[in-house]
Parts: sequence; C-alpha cells; structure tokens
Amino acid sequence: MADLIGLLILLLVTYLTGRWFERKHFASIRAREQQLAPVVITTLRSVPGDRPVVQAALVTGSVVVSLDYFKRFLAGLRALIGGRIRAYEPLLDRARREAMLRMREQARARGYDMVINMRLETSRLASAASNGKGTAGVEILAFGTGIKLAP
Amino acid sequence: MILSNTEEIPGRQIVEFYGVVSGSTVRAKHFGRDFMASLKNLVGGELKGYTELLHEARTEALDRMKQQAQSVGANAVVNVRFSTSSVAQGAAELFAYGTAVRVE
Repeated sequence: MADLIGLLILLLVTYLTGRWFERKHFASIRAREQQLAPVVITTLRSVPGDRPVVQAALVTGSVVVSLDYFKRFLAGLRALIGGRIRAYEPLLDRARREAMLRMREQARARGYDMVINMRLETSRLASAASNGKGTAGVEILAFGTGIKLAP
Repeated sequence: MILSNTEEIPGRQIVEFYGVVSGSTVRAKHFGRDFMASLKNLVGGELKGYTELLHEARTEALDRMKQQAQSVGANAVVNVRFSTSSVAQGAAELFAYGTAVRVE
C-alpha cells in the first residue's frame, strides 16, 4: 500500500514538473526561433541563388533530453497495446528544434548568414542502470555548413 | 583546417583529394554515478551533463580527424559525417569521418 502511494506521489510530482519544464522550454524555443529567423537553414546541398560565398565551415548543435517519469510510465502502458505514443512526440519535437537552434546560434556567433546541407541525427542513450533496457535519454545532433555570403 | 558537410567547400576550388580521414572516441556516460542526471531523468527535460559530455566527445573525434587530415597534407575535410553507436552498456562511440582535400 505504501508502495502504491509512493508511486502515485511520484507520478503526480513528475507529471507537474515535466509539464512545467516542457512549457517553459517550448516558450523559450518559440522566442529564440523568432530571434534567429534571419539565419536561414536549408537542406539543399548548395547555396541557393548565385551570391558569392566568402567563408564556409561546419556548424553543429546538440541536445540530450529525457522523458519525465510520468510520461515514461504512460508510454510504457501504451507500448503494451501499441499505437501512437503521444508522450514521445513533443519530446523529440522540442529536442530537434533545440538542436537546430543551437546550430543557428553557433552560426550567428561566427558571423554566418545561412546554414546549408542541414542534417539531423538521433541516437538513443541506453541506461547502464537498467541493463540497457531503459532509455536514459535521446541525443539529437543537428549539423550543416555555415555560409557567409558576400555583402 | 576547414570542415564542411557539403561535397565541396562553397566558394573554394578543390585541387587535390587525399581520401577518407576519420576520428573517434569512446566515452562512458557515468550512468548511475551521475546523481543529477538520474534526478533529471525523473522530472524530464534536458540532461545538460550528457549534452556537454557528448559535445566534448564529438569535438575530440573531430580534432582527431583534423589531425589525420593535417598529417596527409590536407587543408580541408569535405562531406563530414557523424555516427554514434552504443558499443557497450553505458558507453558510446562517437565517430566523425570525411574526405580530406586541398582547396584553392
């Protein structure tokens, strides 16, 4: 009985904290996306148009995120019956957007006008504590080539 | 040393190819030992410790790749790719590879 109460308290607390962190993160992502709008990202392999390029170099951005206990619990239940696991979708969305933002921030800090050939990579970090079964987190890496155009 | 993940360095001419260069590093992720991360794993959100760890590891893999490129006489690496693989529990290999070239 005490175990069950403990679990319920843990679920409630992690539900609230997880939701709070998620909202805060999405608000920050939206604000920074607007701020970084001038740094254009493209998946094209070359610079669109024919403006001459002054400088080019690799830029990267990465982030490791994890689900809160409550959502992991829900996802675990959902995995029993299959189907769409909604709990993971916003997590991966915010991780990708955060990684792309960090890449753009790096590009802007180095004076690049745009990033071409942007690629995303996702890798799962297995947790050693749970025999590699549990997911400790997901790493998203965004990388591309920063381009400085002639003025 | 210029790096790029495109086939050529935009705005520069490739004059010589040297073949594939690569760099890698294997890192243990301090799982279980890192109390903050396990706590953060409960409430969700970014695991900053791991973000930094993987970032440092990737930077080292890139540095090793650059060293190899330098040793063959290249001044740029094009078509850089990354790969991350879990080689053992709690450990990951970060691998960077590309084609060493001389530009302009």
